[in-house]
Amino acid sequence: MMPSEAMGWDRNQMAARAADELEDGWYVNLGIGIPTLVANYVGDKDITLQSENGMLGMGPFPYEGEEDPDLINAGKQTITELSRTSYFDSATSFGMIRGGKIAAAILGAMEVAENGDLANWMIPGKLVKGMGGAMDLVAGVGRVIVVMDHQNKAGESKLLKSCTLPLTGTGVVDRIITNLGVLDVVEGGLKIVELADGVTEEQLREATEATIVN
Amino acid sequence: MKKVYGSASEALDGLLHDGMLIAAGGFGLCGIPELLIDAIVEAGTKDLTIASNNCGVDGFGLGKLLDSKQIKKMMSSYVGENAEFMRQYLNEELELEFNPQGTLAERMRAGGAGIPGFYTKTGVGTQIAEGKEVKQFHGEDYILEEGIFADLSIVKAWKADDTGNLVFRKTARNFNPPAAMCGKVCVVEVEEIVERGSLDPDHIHLPGIYVHRIIQGQHEKRIEKVTTRSREEA
Repeated sequence: MMPSEAMGWDRNQMAARAADELEDGWYVNLGIGIPTLVANYVGDKDITLQSENGMLGMGPFPYEGEEDPDLINAGKQTITELSRTSYFDSATSFGMIRGGKIAAAILGAMEVAENGDLANWMIPGKLVKGMGGAMDLVAGVGRVIVVMDHQNKAGESKLLKSCTLPLTGTGVVDRIITNLGVLDVVEGGLKIVELADGVTEEQLREATEATIVN
Repeated sequence: MKKVYGSASEALDGLLHDGMLIAAGGFGLCGIPELLIDAIVEAGTKDLTIASNNCGVDGFGLGKLLDSKQIKKMMSSYVGENAEFMRQYLNEELELEFNPQGTLAERMRAGGAGIPGFYTKTGVGTQIAEGKEVKQFHGEDYILEEGIFADLSIVKAWKADDTGNLVFRKTARNFNPPAAMCGKVCVVEVEEIVERGSLDPDHIHLPGIYVHRIIQGQHEKRIEKVTTRSREEA
């Protein structure tokens, strides 16, 4: 048997699938990790990326030697601006997040529950660095899309009946993209939208603790 | 009234006292008031509560005030980029109040705008909501968050005129305007003090009404994470 982590989509395929979720004209916030890779797959769509430290129209990393200490993203990485870029302060930035102006956020997760609860900011007993802007984003943006591995390293489902870790938000997740497929949070549980390449519905169901509804 | 001072220490003269609440601008190491932080280290003011999104890194930014054990409590959204922070926190030498980033920014803005509290959906049903009033609007739950009224604001801008009108540069603006607004007194450090009239009035990011003292100085502007792309990708 193939180990489950080798099944289905890899990181880039998950990012590419997540990019399919974005619609022309959207303002979008991408989280750290696989969500950052989504920017590589938006193609011809007119997508404006928000960086919650105060920027719309985030450009790619700078060429070596052209880093600007006054120009970083929310992950504190050096970036560049585009012709459409605008800058603003943190209160304005979270005003547009809280106010529902950002169409979607694509975020990583440690756990998602079948009712849409999300846990992605702390593991009790481990070093806690803080939630940053994650709680504001999940509470405010139009659509929350989670990109995550379906199971942890021990092979346990990260899509649960209820989260065990402290929550980032309750009932906030709309869609989950994992290495095994795409699932929506619906009344009563998760609904399979799509299976990843080479993954059967039975395999996905076996790998999932959360209730799967038809 | 003269707002321009000769040095960070001069600008802070008479404003510091033990146990005070300071709001500091900056995100990570970007747009932090490094000169004013150095001057507070020098002054040795103790038991500080600091509202700032982050707490610097080891040996730089607010990390210097950790090294000198001047901070009693941090109000932040993301910390732990420094080992000394974690050491003091785990030894219970340092209090930490986590605030969601947008809530922290709005608490500062609200304080500066004379708003003692506001309701937000951020954090409903999470640890952050514990002990906070919950109120329903349009059938949804919101929690009450309080405005921050700081004793002092320390802020970094790019340019100022001598009346305190400020212009920030790129993402170094971040928490600086809301932090500036919420203090009883606001001290700003800039890279350049320009002639009155040379800033376009339509392009002022923060009007001088919020700014009480200004200094000009040299900034290290350390980069936390240098990320680049290779030229071939172009």
